[in-house]
Amino acid sequence: MDWINAIIQGILLGGLYALFAAGLSLIFGVMRLVNIAHGDLIVLAAFLGLTITTALGVSPLIALLLVVPVMAAIGYVLQRGILNQTLGEDILPPLLVTFGLSVIIQNGLLEIYSADPQKMSAGALETASIALPGDLNIGVLPLMMFVVAVAVIAGLQWIFYHSSLGRAFRAVSDKQDIAQLMGLNKAHVFGLAMALSLAVVGIAGVFLGIRTSFDPSIGPGRLIFGFEAVIIGGLGNIWGTLIGGIILGVSQNIGAQINPGWQLLAGHIAFLFVLAVRPRGLFPRID
Amino acid sequence: MTTTSYSISRSSKASRIAAVAGIAVLALLIAAPWWAGRADMRLLSEMFLYLSLACLWNLLAGYAGLVSVGQQAFVGFGGYMLFALAIFAGISPLVAIPMAGVLGALIAVPVALLIFRLRGAYFAIGTWVIAEVFRLSFAQISALGGGSGTSLPVAIIRDMASSRAMREATTYWLALGMAVLVLAVIYALLRSRRGLALTAIRDSELASQSFGIDIWRNKFFVYVITAGLTAMTGALIFLQKLRISPDAAFSVNDWTAFVIFIVVIGGIGTLEGPIIGVIVFFLLRETLSDLGTTYLLILGVVAIAVMLKAPNGLWGTLKDRTGLELFPLSRRVMKNKQ
Amino acid sequence: MPDALLSTRELEAHYGDFQALFGISIDVFPEEVIAIIGANGAGKTTLMRSITGLLRNEPEMVVWKGQSVGGFRADQVAHLGIAMVPEGRQLFQSLSVKENLIIGGQMGRKGPWSLEKVYELFPILKERRNVPATALSGGQQQMVAIGRALMSNPDILLFDEISLGLAPIIIKSIYEALPKIIGQGMSAIIVEQDIAKAVSVSSRVYCLQEGRISLKGRSDELTREAISAAYFGV
Ligand SMILES: Nc1ncnc2c1ncn2[C@@H]1O[C@H](COP(=O)(O)OP(=O)(O)OP(=O)(O)O)[C@@H](O)[C@H]1O
Ligand SMILES: [Mg+2]
Repeated sequence: MDWINAIIQGILLGGLYALFAAGLSLIFGVMRLVNIAHGDLIVLAAFLGLTITTALGVSPLIALLLVVPVMAAIGYVLQRGILNQTLGEDILPPLLVTFGLSVIIQNGLLEIYSADPQKMSAGALETASIALPGDLNIGVLPLMMFVVAVAVIAGLQWIFYHSSLGRAFRAVSDKQDIAQLMGLNKAHVFGLAMALSLAVVGIAGVFLGIRTSFDPSIGPGRLIFGFEAVIIGGLGNIWGTLIGGIILGVSQNIGAQINPGWQLLAGHIAFLFVLAVRPRGLFPRID
Repeated sequence: MTTTSYSISRSSKASRIAAVAGIAVLALLIAAPWWAGRADMRLLSEMFLYLSLACLWNLLAGYAGLVSVGQQAFVGFGGYMLFALAIFAGISPLVAIPMAGVLGALIAVPVALLIFRLRGAYFAIGTWVIAEVFRLSFAQISALGGGSGTSLPVAIIRDMASSRAMREATTYWLALGMAVLVLAVIYALLRSRRGLALTAIRDSELASQSFGIDIWRNKFFVYVITAGLTAMTGALIFLQKLRISPDAAFSVNDWTAFVIFIVVIGGIGTLEGPIIGVIVFFLLRETLSDLGTTYLLILGVVAIAVMLKAPNGLWGTLKDRTGLELFPLSRRVMKNKQ
Repeated sequence: MPDALLSTRELEAHYGDFQALFGISIDVFPEEVIAIIGANGAGKTTLMRSITGLLRNEPEMVVWKGQSVGGFRADQVAHLGIAMVPEGRQLFQSLSVKENLIIGGQMGRKGPWSLEKVYELFPILKERRNVPATALSGGQQQMVAIGRALMSNPDILLFDEISLGLAPIIIKSIYEALPKIIGQGMSAIIVEQDIAKAVSVSSRVYCLQEGRISLKGRSDELTREAISAAYFGV
């Protein structure tokens, strides 16, 4: 029973990891940018949620209504103000600039919030659970987060393949020059992609802050989880991030079940295993 | 009538002056135990070890195009190997350091086979995952103190040298020797045929492929060599600290962020850059480190500003303006009057 | 003579240290079709890239309806009503045929062209509208590229070697469709290596050689000898 429980909890956790991964995958797909500060932005969103919940005395789920647009705005400004200047043939500038950004965000958060672990409380929802046959309990909150994660991934998939914004994303991703000939301002399209990515980061950050305690230093770890989910699922595949997230979450929980010290290690090993046998991930997009 | 003939030379006046000055500085540094205080020597050792890490990272990212944010994997691995060899086999640090280097290079082989499947920026994060795997794995080894780490046995330290002053001088010379070794290896490598191949790859992977350069093998070679030397440096770092723990050994901030900062500030893809970068970094650190997190904030901002406004760093910018080169790598055509 | 719709004034273009164009001045008048001919590497594509803003120029080097637009970004130039069928077609491979056409019209400029009109011109595209654009044959891809440019209802259309790499019969059918395309009050610049084709569809010709204009004149007045001299530089 413990094992089944571990697997179910792992699947639910995978939803959160998919949220970490989706934003990362999106901007890589549109502009080949790997944002090293992605994890720190998730933590920033969590702290933003914390500030809003304490200042306004609202539930973190209500705070989402503010966190998401604020993060999106940060994403747009960041992209147009700094990151667009780094894009080009050379992969080094975006990598190093986002690395610097990661250092700045971490230490900025430390300065403001100190290194103490924080947590957001979602009230009664947190203890509510659904009893399943066979002594299994599924927390309402983790389940809800998983459902939201699936909905977000579905929404991103829809935007990418069925909206005019997604068409612009794909066109710019295919051929930047020619896309400009269609009247698309590349800088603006990239800004929108980063805004969308950070909107998802906003949701991910608040969920993270409700689920576990967080402090300014945990960003890089979240980046790595997101990255592993992207690679496991297959590059360029939005649904793949969900599968990757679930595989990662389940591996971690199984590892923890064997030995508490192996939780993270088991996730990394699952990732390295996929990399060894299927270097392009389980479901790479064929194009 | 005068005929002109041409010869190809790498050295220039500046590089010959630099060579003479370099030898003088080196002699002065070797003599440091006789003129420098204990704290100065510690600081200098630390600078040498950062210089060697910076040069190695620069070789990887600036010459071989392998941008790693996971070199702490090898720093920590080297440190742990030193401790393991000393604790389990009673091997003297002086022997254990090169052994740590060899082991670092060996472990880099399977690592490279795995993460070379990732391209570009994803390669970078892949290296980070490897470092995390190393950290978590060493935290599981209870004989090495598990998560809280362990100290180097006193007997081993005593064996190294008779007196404390002598021991400190030895670790200082080892650090200096490490930096010189790294500089020499990189310089020799870049002047070799393989160095030419690397430069060609850096300038255009496509074109170099058509010249029959095996990109994968060149990169693999550089990655493994770098890993070995990084592990040796790591062993020295923790020989100086006398204590090791997974968090200190595999710290991304200490062994990658600062190192990248040094290279970016100094000038990526130049041999001189890391030297300038180390000096600037330590000047900043000695004057600003009291500010704590603000100091790190400033470092981040400076790194971004340099990357955006002067992507070639201090040395690169100077070189572009003046054509100065202290380590003569590029060949120039000389006109000989006869 | 009416004012020129589009002019370049002493236009220069550089790729790094290499100068590809030297003092190019051309004019296109409303509803006029001009041809630009020249050997491989003469600078024809570079000129098109300069006009469309893909290469940056000094503001006064490109003049559109009396306004200096040389400093505009490519997307701003597109909004003016300048469209291009680029060399090598350059379709978006992640977009279906229909999406390629729609994105061509995403600026919402008013005019005679719509998805339906493009389908009327090239019925095969309607049939294959949901196929990834790059899965089509070369000729069909060229139709998509033309349709995509038309969808923006441009005032001037730049064709960069539309016959490149296509079978003669397909080239023929595309050139037969050309009057229908340009006949709607549009101007056009046609870049061609096939001199006869270029002369037959245009009212004036400019010949480029190594980045300079080596000959210009009315298509019906230029002799073959003059053109080949300018073309090959003999
Ligand atoms: N991206 C580039 N970088 C450097 N040089 C370039 C670039 N593109 C073109 N050139 C050079 O500029 C010159 C003009 O090239 P351009 O493509 O404009 O010629 P073209 O007349 O269109 O030739 P073609 O008939 O082959 O299409 C050529 O010498 C070419 O080698
Ligand atoms: Mg051309």
